[in-house]
Amino acid sequence: MSQNKLILFLDRAIIEQLESAAAYNTDEVCGFLLGHEDKFVRTITRIIPVDNIAADKKDAFQIASKDYLKAERFADVNNLQLLGVYHSHPNCPAIPSEQDRLAAQPYFSYLILSVTDKKVTSIRSWSLNDSFQFDEDFLMSTNNINQHINGYRNYPNTAA
Amino acid sequence: MATVIIPTPLRKFTNNNSKLAIQASSISEMIHHLTNDFPELKKHLLDANGKVPSFINIFVDDDDIRNLQQEQTVIKENSTVSIVPAIAGGAYRI
Repeated sequence: MSQNKLILFLDRAIIEQLESAAAYNTDEVCGFLLGHEDKFVRTITRIIPVDNIAADKKDAFQIASKDYLKAERFADVNNLQLLGVYHSHPNCPAIPSEQDRLAAQPYFSYLILSVTDKKVTSIRSWSLNDSFQFDEDFLMSTNNINQHINGYRNYPNTAA
Repeated sequence: MATVIIPTPLRKFTNNNSKLAIQASSISEMIHHLTNDFPELKKHLLDANGKVPSFINIFVDDDDIRNLQQEQTVIKENSTVSIVPAIAGGAYRI
């Protein structure tokens, strides 16, 4: 069954927060994406970084249940929606692994930052479809829609 | 009735309800009622063996049912049951 492609807007400040969280960390970093949703358009206005509690942080991430519950309560209290999760892939492409897919939840956008040599080289976002496979979201910057950073192009080369 | 907190990813299966009042005396009974009322929840709350899958955590008040009596954990009238998706993943290796 075909599904409408999600559009994810990230403004420059959010991108910078994500970059600073991920770029200099050799471990996978992770956190939540909050904002607003209007039909198939999701605007991220806030991120909540959380601890990665995976045993092997260089190759995996895991978020504690207490942090999940806190993020959901924060969203409710602040009239935001919990729209997804971000995590980094140090020295790996911004493509979800099979481990990512098996653990993925419906509805959420999974934003992945690829990090190489202390730089975020690519940002892509994915959502699970009804067949439990990932579809890629269309990623855009709210500062300048023309400077889109969709996953088929390297970021930040095409987003000045 | 116990209050069941539905996590954001599963709310599209509960008509966007984030909280539901369920009359049940155990977790298995609660899941039975929940999946009966909202059939699309079943594939997310139960595995092929009828157990809560590893990527779903269920808390009765502040306690993980895996540290209690699993699906047989007792629910009281004033219990709050939180369904919490496990958020995890790993790097992509070619």
